[in-house]
Amino acid sequence: MTDHSAANQKRPFWTIARKDAAAGYLFIAPQLLGIITFVLIPLGLVFYYSMHEWNVLANTFTFVGDANYQMLLRDPNLPPVLLASAIFSAGLVVLNLSLALLLAVLLDQKLKGIVVFRTLFFSPVVVSLVAWTIVWSFLLQANGGINGILAVFGIEGPNWLRTPTTAMISVVVVQVFKNVGLNMILFLAALQGVPKELYEAARVDGASPFKQFRRITLPMISPTILLTSIITIVGSLQVFAQIAILTKGGPGVSTTVLVYYLYQQAFQFNFFGYGSTLSILLFLIVAVLTFIQWQMRKRIVFYEN
Amino acid sequence: MRTDLSPRLRVALYGLMCVLLIPFVFPTWWMITSSVKPISDIFAFPPDLWPRRFDFSTYSRVFELQPFAQQYWNSAYIAAIVTAGTMVVSSMAGYAFARIKFPFSNAIFMIVLLGLLIPSEVTIVPLFQMFLGWGMINTHWPLILVPIFGAPSVFATFVMRQFFIALPGELEEAARVDGLGRFKIFWTIALPLAKPALGAVAIFTFLHSWNLYLEPIVFLSSTHMFTLPQALTQFTDAYGGAMWNIQLAAATMTAIPVLLVFIVAQKQFVEGLAHTGLKG
Repeated sequence: MTDHSAANQKRPFWTIARKDAAAGYLFIAPQLLGIITFVLIPLGLVFYYSMHEWNVLANTFTFVGDANYQMLLRDPNLPPVLLASAIFSAGLVVLNLSLALLLAVLLDQKLKGIVVFRTLFFSPVVVSLVAWTIVWSFLLQANGGINGILAVFGIEGPNWLRTPTTAMISVVVVQVFKNVGLNMILFLAALQGVPKELYEAARVDGASPFKQFRRITLPMISPTILLTSIITIVGSLQVFAQIAILTKGGPGVSTTVLVYYLYQQAFQFNFFGYGSTLSILLFLIVAVLTFIQWQMRKRIVFYEN
Repeated sequence: MRTDLSPRLRVALYGLMCVLLIPFVFPTWWMITSSVKPISDIFAFPPDLWPRRFDFSTYSRVFELQPFAQQYWNSAYIAAIVTAGTMVVSSMAGYAFARIKFPFSNAIFMIVLLGLLIPSEVTIVPLFQMFLGWGMINTHWPLILVPIFGAPSVFATFVMRQFFIALPGELEEAARVDGLGRFKIFWTIALPLAKPALGAVAIFTFLHSWNLYLEPIVFLSSTHMFTLPQALTQFTDAYGGAMWNIQLAAATMTAIPVLLVFIVAQKQFVEGLAHTGLKG
């Protein structure tokens, strides 16, 4: 006992390591408690709700097991909704990444006033999302600016937002122009990080600019391509305001993506139980896509720091 | 890819970029010019790239139809609090995950990263029920608390952690030898060095809050509580038709201040974001 107290006197309880650990927990506490309160508990609740029939008007909440999941499998709207989500996400990722890369390559050239172009291409990113969407909605009206300009050239434009195909194209394109600036900047930074010696060596070897791009640029910026594609795909699954303002999911369900469908079911029709089941589906899709892309990095990414 | 370009290629590149610019710049131009057109000219043919008649009363009508000043204030103060709060929460958490050794730090970091996988859209139904239970529906609390502490702040924490990991540790070690406590080190040494990362976090947090749309329409129900994105969609006549010029006047007032700040500080904006991407 005496030995113990002597040791205690020599080594106080608050050693540097312990102080550090306490500080560490204190520093992360707000974030961790926030994640528990606003992410993990709600995720648990979503799962719990998804096994209940929740009638808001009658104020009943009954356990129904997997009935909502059965309903999900039989929901005639679900295949078109998933198809719309898939088309939207695929279209968005392909258009966004290729346009971003094209713009980044252009902005990487030695040209006077290039910063002005960079600023202008980036500017929609900072324009309020709803303001941007409203202007496009105005432009895409049957008698709006785009068809007006087309008519000047004798072309009769479609009613963009009221025709299934053009409605989908419209929501994708509006979103691409809004946010492509972000990926453009990430690509530009990546391009500028490629060692110049590689290009010089390739030129000495007589490689054409196209070949240099394929054999040097693309592999060297592949980590950024992976990063931007993950961000863009996950972001595309969350798109809501654009759909709500431009098409309200229509015509029919042609632009009803999963988040919009979830919102309709839960907050317009008050089907909280079924809405929660759709949330679980959305979560699984995000998780699976992220996992696949994360696995793919070993295959397609040339190097990693 | 930087090579010296021939004059002809130069002209071609400028031309290409100017054409590509149209869909990026024209909508903003069209928004501003259409916001001062009388309603009779709004769908004029051929389209007026410059208004043939001006009607500035659209701007005063915005304030008559909606408590727009109040809504502007709602958006501004919520975005300011969320930005400041996220900077505090994410810099502290990011610093601890990068720099302080404590048990289970990696496991906890993985749990926090789950926030990236679980966007607010997934949890919106239970969040609504939780805030309903706390009597916080139709208040601004959900729009403040969830972004600062919940899923949206995780990306900020991730960015801060990546920044602090890359920061050389000698200064801190010297301070520790001098007996400075963790909080002092964080506040006086690490944080001042983290200004670029903090700037990037501030920018995207502000934009995220300023653009929030699903959450306000789920959580808020009375007009004077609305935030700008929600308010912008409310300019309709008795038949539900859009009052385009007034709506665009409101949209212009929403977009232009942020756009001006961006143009003045575009270097910090762009480099801050590029920085984030490189580290991420």
